Amino acid sequence: MSLYARRKFVNAFNLTASVLTTLFGLFFLAWILWELFSKGFAGLDITLFTADTPGPGSEGGGLRNAIVGSLLITLTGILVGAPIGILSGIYLSEYGRGTWLAATVRFVSDILLSAPSIVIGVFVYMIMVAPLGGFSGISGAVALAIIALPVILRTTEDMMLLVPDTMREAAAALGAPRWKVILSVVLRAARSGVLTGVLLAVARIAGETAPLLFTALNNQFFSLDMTRPMANLPVTIFNFAMGPYENWHDLAWAGSLLITLVVLGLNIITRAFLRGKKH
Amino acid sequence: MNAREQARGAPKHSPTVETLFRGVSLAAALLVLATLGAIIAMLVAGAWPVIEKFGFFRFLTSAEWNPVTETFGALTPIYGTLVTSAIAILIGLPVSFGIALFVTELCPVWLKRPVSTAIELLAAIPSIIYGMWGLFVFAPFFSENIQPLLTDTLGQLPVIGALFEGPPIGVSIFTAGIILAIMIIPFISSVMRDVFETVPRELRESAYGLGCTTWEVMWKVVLPVTRAGVVGAIMLGLGRALGETMAVTFVIGNSHELNIGLFWPGNSIASTIANEFTEADSEIHAASLIALGLVLFLITFIVLSLARLMLVRMAKTYGGKS
Repeated sequence: MSLYARRKFVNAFNLTASVLTTLFGLFFLAWILWELFSKGFAGLDITLFTADTPGPGSEGGGLRNAIVGSLLITLTGILVGAPIGILSGIYLSEYGRGTWLAATVRFVSDILLSAPSIVIGVFVYMIMVAPLGGFSGISGAVALAIIALPVILRTTEDMMLLVPDTMREAAAALGAPRWKVILSVVLRAARSGVLTGVLLAVARIAGETAPLLFTALNNQFFSLDMTRPMANLPVTIFNFAMGPYENWHDLAWAGSLLITLVVLGLNIITRAFLRGKKH
Repeated sequence: MNAREQARGAPKHSPTVETLFRGVSLAAALLVLATLGAIIAMLVAGAWPVIEKFGFFRFLTSAEWNPVTETFGALTPIYGTLVTSAIAILIGLPVSFGIALFVTELCPVWLKRPVSTAIELLAAIPSIIYGMWGLFVFAPFFSENIQPLLTDTLGQLPVIGALFEGPPIGVSIFTAGIILAIMIIPFISSVMRDVFETVPRELRESAYGLGCTTWEVMWKVVLPVTRAGVVGAIMLGLGRALGETMAVTFVIGNSHELNIGLFWPGNSIASTIANEFTEADSEIHAASLIALGLVLFLITFIVLSLARLMLVRMAKTYGGKS
């Protein structure tokens, strides 16, 4: 084979491989979603939202307590994580811009963003569950807040940096103090972007299981008491999938479908928004 | 209150509010640092009984894990974590590179966004869903269709053949590695795509102008230029794979026996903690699990720090985003 022909062959071969690897990735997305929909729809009916999780060996049942618990824990997690995330994002983009401290915080936050979530569960167990003497919904919320924090911090900083400095200078020239420039000019301009970051964080923590295993634990019954163990979708799915009963498996699939619909829905919305913002 | 009223009523400068707001935002930023510090401090404190009783080095190198005799060694879970992540990188890296190549060089413009979004959605799927799918769909499929194939071909080879043996039950170290590969593909490929796109247009076009094929532009121009960023992308994926818990816990089989064969059930650090932490009765058992957590955190910390440093270096060279 001549050098020319060989180069053409290598090129064609590798480009074909590249197309195939893309199809490989897309194939798994399609496969997972297909199984999720076909298995999850079977269990998706009204009792899912009206009945509580069934005990071992009992018939039927739903996921009401787990859905409510998940909503409560996720919401509390965001309420704890969002203010801290937004404030620290403000520090990075405004007061601390260009400083050594801001660079360190950014670096640490990026590490936390990808840190193993199970370790965060262990950490919250040690600082909250063990001293307070028991598993509780609130400690689950704190674990989720630690996971949400870096997501919100990063988006807030990025979105506030997109606001042109001329706007800050114009506001300052009118005599507005720094805090006022930040809150009523910069943050207001970046408002929708910051909100997107919060939604992205909701999507991130809604399906998190590992940090809840030793914090919120689980609860077979309906409960709104955040100081006690609390049912939640991810841990319920884990327990039911590992359990031996057919109706547990069906409920686990239905729960998985619910979580995935929420998470993918939030992701698609926020992505569409962030894309529009960057260009 | 409108601006004019405020200008008349309130003092012109409000240093207290300014100091307060600045202080609060600084405190929030410091809290991020404190969280990382506290995580490391608590893990070290919690793991201390293990270091005292077994010694850190002996803990890392012993494969015995027996809650009854209260002897604990981390070798099996560490082996499982490293091997599953290695499999994930071996499969995930070429696939991610292919996807990044497709998106940056081959893909028609109108297809670019749908393809990248679809691949990135793989990263958005919660890990517990991968676990469900892996346990109920992929593991049975794998043990019936792919495992016999691998045993009959690669399993017959000398030396490395020993890797491809084990019972046909589907849950194994190898299955966990494949699922991790699917999970890290979107991370690696999207960072790779971003760094590939920072390469100046002139560089590519002068290479094309010299008569290079698309592959040669990619392999001999774009890749060498973006080397730091590509290594960063791989490290980022590796960090994810090392720390992944739920997907692995579902399919790895949770066995404390150390096996060389990849089709045997095994254990990873994260899955051991997930399975045993709430059931650990003795203090030393709980401390051993926390020590495992410490080992995992330190490994991922190093890997992720390297990833960030590489990506920051890349961004400094070409002004792309880190």
